[in-house]
Amino acid sequence: MKRRQFIQGAGTGSALGAIGLMSGCASIGSSSSAKVVVVGGGYGGATAAKYVRMWSNYGMDVTLIEPSPNFISCPISNLVIGGSKTIADVTISYDNLVKRHGVKLVKDYVTQIDPDKRLVKLAGGSEVSYDRLILSPGVDFMFDALPGLKQAGAQDKVLHAWKAGAQTVALRRQLEAMPDGGVYALSIPLAPYRCPPGPYERACQVADYFSKAKPKSKVLIFDANDDVTSKGPLFKKAWTERYKGIVEYQGKHNAMDVDTTTNTLKFEFQDDVKASVLNVIPPMRAGDIAVKTGLATANKRWCEVDFLTFESKAAKNIHVLGDAIQIAPAMPKSGHMANQHGKTCAAAVVALLSGKEPNALPIYNNTCYSFVSAEQVVHVASVHAYDAEKKTMLTVPGSGGVSSEASTLEGFYAMAWARNIWADSLA
Amino acid sequence: MKHASALALGLLCALTSAHSQTQSPDPLQVRSWAAGCANCHGTNGRAEPGMVALAGASKDEIIQKMQDFKAGRLPATVMHQLSKGYSDAQIVAIASYYAAQKK
Repeated sequence: MKRRQFIQGAGTGSALGAIGLMSGCASIGSSSSAKVVVVGGGYGGATAAKYVRMWSNYGMDVTLIEPSPNFISCPISNLVIGGSKTIADVTISYDNLVKRHGVKLVKDYVTQIDPDKRLVKLAGGSEVSYDRLILSPGVDFMFDALPGLKQAGAQDKVLHAWKAGAQTVALRRQLEAMPDGGVYALSIPLAPYRCPPGPYERACQVADYFSKAKPKSKVLIFDANDDVTSKGPLFKKAWTERYKGIVEYQGKHNAMDVDTTTNTLKFEFQDDVKASVLNVIPPMRAGDIAVKTGLATANKRWCEVDFLTFESKAAKNIHVLGDAIQIAPAMPKSGHMANQHGKTCAAAVVALLSGKEPNALPIYNNTCYSFVSAEQVVHVASVHAYDAEKKTMLTVPGSGGVSSEASTLEGFYAMAWARNIWADSLA
Repeated sequence: MKHASALALGLLCALTSAHSQTQSPDPLQVRSWAAGCANCHGTNGRAEPGMVALAGASKDEIIQKMQDFKAGRLPATVMHQLSKGYSDAQIVAIASYYAAQKK
């Protein structure tokens, strides 16, 4: 009942949005306009929805299907765990996509995609047809790799907090409730996973909180990878200098199971570790709907795409974006990158639905900031260009790099980055 | 004077490499290249507070700045690394796009 009422509400909103834009765009409301459906309102999907509308001169019909009432940003959300930001600071409304851009927002969850009939089925019972589908499903977790987490209630006790939202707040509460002298243990899965530097930034944020509020406490990092996967020297400098005596890092620690009754982490080779607060990031793969639709063709985990259009290599008229794709070499699974995918895909979808060739030479960049304290920040940057021979995106030789050291100047730019990418994706 | 000659050289390089890569980049291609900057500099260059807005900026100034970042003449946190990912011709094309945007 509630859902139905919301859909009606959203419908009204988009109708008002369309009227608002009508004066400037004669093509709006045309019955012959192409129909684009976007599934998932994260960095990839929200950006694609906005830019298909913009770049079709508001001529193409765009429906965004997203179950969450608001966008909650993973980037910056580690600061909520550290305590210098609140979840409200990283929560943004979808209203501007509806009001300014005339995107039709449907608050629902896609249960099935029929690529032959070009139809998506929603949990609420309705169906939506498309000419082209843009799927930005993010990641889902492979809990089979950690059987203890599949038991009833286990996932409420041992958190991943790797999708910003309720778990982010819950992890902060666990840290607040932990007595001084406690141990926070963080388990990191083998790459590829969402946001390569994210776990290390989180360790810094928890250490920052401990250094101020619970100085006898420890942060133990158990990484399944051989070594820190991103900005290694910069993070290690923070751990050995700024958080000396608080943070301990160990690579080659592949977590195999979790006992949530005793808060114990079990490894492939090493001894068990018991912690006051256990934060386990499980291995991940493309979001369930992509796997279910048969799009996750790379190791049954990630969706292979044509990097000129982001069209799936497994299904026509379905484009896949963001963390769910089988990445190109050195392409991170980041919000910044998903936003770039969204724009590249939007341009291609508008071109293809207009009978034109998509752009032949995509070029875009990635900039990823990590907070090593509440104010000091380090970055990694890269530029990626399409290689026609190899048919993939490659980093441009000589470009990119990392910070020489952590600085508050980059802290200022990191927040400016956040404001700008949130606006570019959602406003 | 030094700057003017650097700019002239930059433009010459730009023209040369523009010729070798593509005769004149497709406007829609350039729009997509420029959109790659919008994550930080705002949609169509209209930036949120804290970042340099590119919309309606001088084309020559954008080119000059990018060339200075590339050459390490202008101190930067990130742009010295990102500017090196773009050819001179691409910089000219992107600068033209942003110069033509409404502030």
